[in-house]
Amino acid sequence: MSALTQEEAKGLIQEVLELYPEAARNDRAQHLAVNEPGGEESGSCIVSNRKSLPGVMTARGCAYAGSKGVVWGPIKDMIHISHGPVGCGQYSRAGRRNYYVGFTGVNTFGTMNFTSDFQEKDIVFGGDKKLARMIDEIDGLFPLNKGVTVQSECPVGLIGDDIESVARKSSESLGKPVVPVRCEGFRGVSQSLGHHIANDTIRDWILDKEAKVEGGPYDVAIIGDYNIGGDAWSSRILLEEMGLRVVSQWSGDGTLAELRRCSSVKLNLLHCYRSMNYISRHMEAKYGIPWMEYNFFGPSKIAKSLRAIAAHFDDTIKEGAERVIAKYEPMIQAIIGKYRPRLEGKRVMLYVGGLRPRHVVGAYEDLGMEVVGTGYEFAHNDDYDRTMKVVNEATLIYDDVTAVEMERFAERIRPDLIGAGIKEKYVFQKMGIPFRQMHSWDYSGPYHGYDGFAIFARDMDMAVNSPVWSQLKPPWK
Amino acid sequence: MAIRQCAIYGKGGIGKSTTTQNLVAGLAELGKKIMIVGCDPKADSTRLILHSKAQSTIMQMAADAGSVEDLELEDVLKTGYAGIRCVESGGPEPGVGCAGRGVITAINFLEEEGAYEEDLDFVFYDVLGDVVCGGFAMPIRQNKAQEIYIVVSGEMMAMYAANNICKGIVKYASSGSVRLAGLICNSRNTDREDELIEALARRLGTQMIHFVPRHNDVQRAEIRRMTVIEYNPKCIQADEYRSLSQKIIDNKNLVVPTPLTMDELEDLLLEFGILEEEDESIIGRTAEQERMIAIQPSA
Repeated sequence: MSALTQEEAKGLIQEVLELYPEAARNDRAQHLAVNEPGGEESGSCIVSNRKSLPGVMTARGCAYAGSKGVVWGPIKDMIHISHGPVGCGQYSRAGRRNYYVGFTGVNTFGTMNFTSDFQEKDIVFGGDKKLARMIDEIDGLFPLNKGVTVQSECPVGLIGDDIESVARKSSESLGKPVVPVRCEGFRGVSQSLGHHIANDTIRDWILDKEAKVEGGPYDVAIIGDYNIGGDAWSSRILLEEMGLRVVSQWSGDGTLAELRRCSSVKLNLLHCYRSMNYISRHMEAKYGIPWMEYNFFGPSKIAKSLRAIAAHFDDTIKEGAERVIAKYEPMIQAIIGKYRPRLEGKRVMLYVGGLRPRHVVGAYEDLGMEVVGTGYEFAHNDDYDRTMKVVNEATLIYDDVTAVEMERFAERIRPDLIGAGIKEKYVFQKMGIPFRQMHSWDYSGPYHGYDGFAIFARDMDMAVNSPVWSQLKPPWK
Repeated sequence: MAIRQCAIYGKGGIGKSTTTQNLVAGLAELGKKIMIVGCDPKADSTRLILHSKAQSTIMQMAADAGSVEDLELEDVLKTGYAGIRCVESGGPEPGVGCAGRGVITAINFLEEEGAYEEDLDFVFYDVLGDVVCGGFAMPIRQNKAQEIYIVVSGEMMAMYAANNICKGIVKYASSGSVRLAGLICNSRNTDREDELIEALARRLGTQMIHFVPRHNDVQRAEIRRMTVIEYNPKCIQADEYRSLSQKIIDNKNLVVPTPLTMDELEDLLLEFGILEEEDESIIGRTAEQERMIAIQPSA
C-alpha cells in the first residue's frame, strides 16, 4: 500500500512550497521530487549539493564535521587535533559512536578531544607555533600514537596558518605521519566537501607515500564503515566466514597500519559511497584495485551483496558466500517470523546522511515495511540516481529538507515511523509519530549484517509498537 | 566636552605616523589633552612622542601575560611629550596570524578599561595603510572615530588609496556618524600638487585641510625620535604643523564623501598630466609584431 499516489505526492510538494516567498519557493522546488516509474537519472528531477537557503532550518554539518567527525576521527591510533577554538572539538567529541577496541589514552584515542584551544593571541599572532609545540607534547604524553592529523577549524583558514609546513617538520622530527587537513567549516555547502578533502589527504599524505605491498589472494578492505554501534564488526565476520581476509577496515575501529595496507588488497568494498568513493576511485586508478558498493542492511541485500562480492573471487569464496547465507537463514526466518507480523504494512519516512536513505530501504522491506519518503542531508546526484532505483514509485524524495517541509510532509503522510537524527527526533515524537535515530542507531546497534538485522528488527518494533502511542489522547477527550 | 575622535588613514609609507605625531604635538602645545592609538602591527605610531624605538604593544603584552584580561590600563598606556598618552595595539609579524583581530581586541580592551573616560580632548587613531579587512575599519565603526583625515600626496597610488578609503567611509557613514574631515597633503614635490589635491578634495566633497610642504627638519627630528615641534620649535616646519593643528581644532567641515569611479579618477589624473592617455592599439602586441609594424607601417 503506497502512502500517496503520484498526483497526491506532487500536490503535497506544491502545497508545502506555497509556504515560501517566491525566491525560496523556486529554489526549494528543485530539491523536492516524486520518484517516477523507471526513473534512472535523477538529474532531471532533483538538484543536490547546493547551498542551503538562509532562513530555513537545515540539518547539515560543515567540512570540519565531514573530515574530523566522519572520515579521519575514527582512525583510532592516530591523534586528531581540532586546530582552532575549543568548541568544534569539544561539541563533536565521541558523538558518533564509532566503537573501537583499545586502551583509550594509551594506544587508542577515539573518544578524546585534542584541541589547540585558540585564544585571542593565537588568532592575532597565528597558531602554527602553538601547533608545532602541541604535536611535540602529544608525542611525549602519548608515545604510542601512530601519527597526528590537524583538522582545521574556520579561523585557521582566515588567518592563514601554514599547517602544511608544521606538518612536514613535525613528521620529520617524530618519524610519524602528520597530516594537515584543510577542512575549514566555511568551505563547501555541507559536510560533503570535508569527506572529499579528507580523502585527498589520505591519498597525498598516507597512501601514496607507501610502497605497494603484496597481499594474499583473498585480501579485501572494508571502506566507509564507521563501526557505529559495532556495524563493521557484524559485517566483517560475514566476509571472514565466507573465506575472505579483511586486512583493512576504515575508518571505524581503523588504524594507520590498515590505511597503509589498503593498497595491497584485491578488492575494495565500499559501504558509504558518498564519503569514501573518492579514495576508492583513486586506488582503482593508481593501484588497479577494483571497488564495489555493497549493502549489509537486511537479509535480502546482505545475500545479494555477499554473492556480488563472491563473484570477484574463485569458487571457494562463492561456496563460502552460499554457506554463510544458508547458515544464517534459520536465524533470519525466526526474526522475520517474529517481527514481520507486527510491522507489516507500516510506512516509514527517512531523512539521513550518506548512504542510509537508500541502504536501509531493503531492511525495512524485509520486515514488510514500506519507505514512503526519503532524503539526504548532503547527497550528490549520483546518490539520487542510486536511490531512485531502490524506492517505490510515488516515494517522496527531498534533498537537504528543511524543518518546515519535513513537518508538513509528516503531518500529511502520518507515517508509522520516522528515521532521522537527533534534531528531528523530539519534534516528531511530540507529533505522536514513532521515531528512531538513524545516525546513531538511537544508542543501539549494530544494524549491519545478520546480527545487526536482529537488533534493527527489535528496535523498529519497539518504536512502532510501543504502548506509549496509545496513551497520547487524554482520557477526558 | 565630548572627546573628538579622529582617525588618520592613507596609503602605506605616505607619512601618516609622522604627520599624526607632529600635528598632535601641535595640539598638545595648545593645551589639548590627547591619546594616540596606534593601529598598526609595526607599532611605530608613538615613537616620536615617547622617544622610544617601539612601544610595548597591547597584543604582545597580552600574549606574554596569557590573555588581554590579565592586563591593566597602566601597563599599556605610556605618557610622552607634553602629556600625550600613547598606546599601540600591536600585532603579528608579517605573514602570520590576523593583525585586524589585534586592532579589534586592543580597542575593545581600551574601551572596557575606561581609557576613553579620562579627561581627553582628542583621540587619534593611526591606522595601517590599506584598510585590508574589517579589523582595520574598527576605528571608524560605531562610537569610535567620527572624523577621518586622509594623508595623501600628488602621486597616483596615494590618490587611488585615498579614493578607496573614501569608499570605506561611505559604507560606515550610512550606519554611523563617521565623516570625512579632509585631506592632508603631505607633499612629495610633484607638479601642481596643491592644485591637484584641492581638485581631488573638491570631487570627494571635502577640503584639503592643509598642505604640508616637504622639509628636511622632519627627517632631522625623526632620527632623534622627536617631533619637529619638540626638536626645533622655531623652524618654519613647526609652524606648518601648528597651522594644521589649529585648522583641525576649528574644522567643522565633516562630510559623507563622494568617491570617484575609476574612470573619473583617471580623467582627473589625465587632466593634471599624472597619467598618459592609454594607447590601446599596443595591447596584446608582441615584440615581433612591433618589429614588423616598424618595418612596414602600413601592414
